[in-house]
Amino acid sequence: MLKELFEIYFTSVKVGAMTFGGGYAMLPILQKEVVEKKPWNTEEEILDYYALAQCLPGIIMVNTLAFVGQKRKGTAGAIASGLGAVTPPLIIITVIAALLTAFADVPAVQNAFAGIRVCVCVLIFNSILKLWKSSMVDKKCLAIFLVVAAGSLFLDLSPILFVAGAGILGILIQIAGRSKAK
Amino acid sequence: MTLIRLFYEFLKIGLFSVGGGMATLPFLYAMADNTGWFTYAQIADMLAVSESTPGPIGINMATYVGYTTAGIPGALAATIGIIIPGIVLVLIITAILDKFRNNVYVEGAFYGLRPASVGLITAAGILVVEISLMNTALYQQTGSIADLFQWKAIVLAALLLVLTRWVKKTKGLHPVYFIVFSAVVGIVFHFAGV
Repeated sequence: MLKELFEIYFTSVKVGAMTFGGGYAMLPILQKEVVEKKPWNTEEEILDYYALAQCLPGIIMVNTLAFVGQKRKGTAGAIASGLGAVTPPLIIITVIAALLTAFADVPAVQNAFAGIRVCVCVLIFNSILKLWKSSMVDKKCLAIFLVVAAGSLFLDLSPILFVAGAGILGILIQIAGRSKAK
Repeated sequence: MTLIRLFYEFLKIGLFSVGGGMATLPFLYAMADNTGWFTYAQIADMLAVSESTPGPIGINMATYVGYTTAGIPGALAATIGIIIPGIVLVLIITAILDKFRNNVYVEGAFYGLRPASVGLITAAGILVVEISLMNTALYQQTGSIADLFQWKAIVLAALLLVLTRWVKKTKGLHPVYFIVFSAVVGIVFHFAGV
């Protein structure tokens, strides 16, 4: 039992350490580890897990790995894979953060980060365009987008309110659409 | 006390952020406003580091914010906090998987959630634009439109946009290359003015 949990943990550590940026990038690595190298899952299962994990709140990679761990060893397996996924970032980021804090006053570091922030703008813009295609199904979606973007920018409200409100509104629109169709 | 607060704040992010790493951004901006633990500029820096290192962006951000706020215990509290809701939901869903798939409520909720999530990320993106491409403080002093923009930064942004979207040879490259390139440009052209 314990040996199997360790196996799940280390498989997740590998996936966590080898994936840059999460999301799609993790899929080929995950497939190699749990479909090709170990007979834990099928190709289809991985895609299903990934699709479901995207719909859930939280971290997509952790959720996907939790499905893998759950199938293998139930609740304990899900926890083992979740902990495995966060181990590499915990170590790597802590070391980087410690170093950067120590050198934060060096002019070259400040100039570098001023340049990097410009790049961050462009990266955020690109990821908005990518998400745009899958989320703007119709004009109602566009309206929700505009209201939330403006509201979040100008009102001092928690993002939680916008998320919860949009979820409820989405359910109402969907129900209204179905009853009209009947 | 800070540790419990960190854990709780990231538990909330884990429960309410949908759509990957960038979706945690708006919550971090709200956290900066409410707690004063870090600044908007620090969030942008942490995002750049998170994009350039292995692991999911959301986890990297949680670890980084936690460490900045309360050292290694803070990194642990934030990271464990953000993954708990997802894992609990995975366990619930595997128990009721078939009912979950084609449920009208679930479909409806995501129909509304996705555009809202894009809206929140857009608002967060505009805040990053304000600190990296503009100079509102100088503009308020001088009142001159020319002072409102950081021209060097805007030229770099335009160049990056072309490289990441239109140039065939570079547009598929991993973000880490563009981040390193921008760091070098920042150092060579003294982007921070020091």
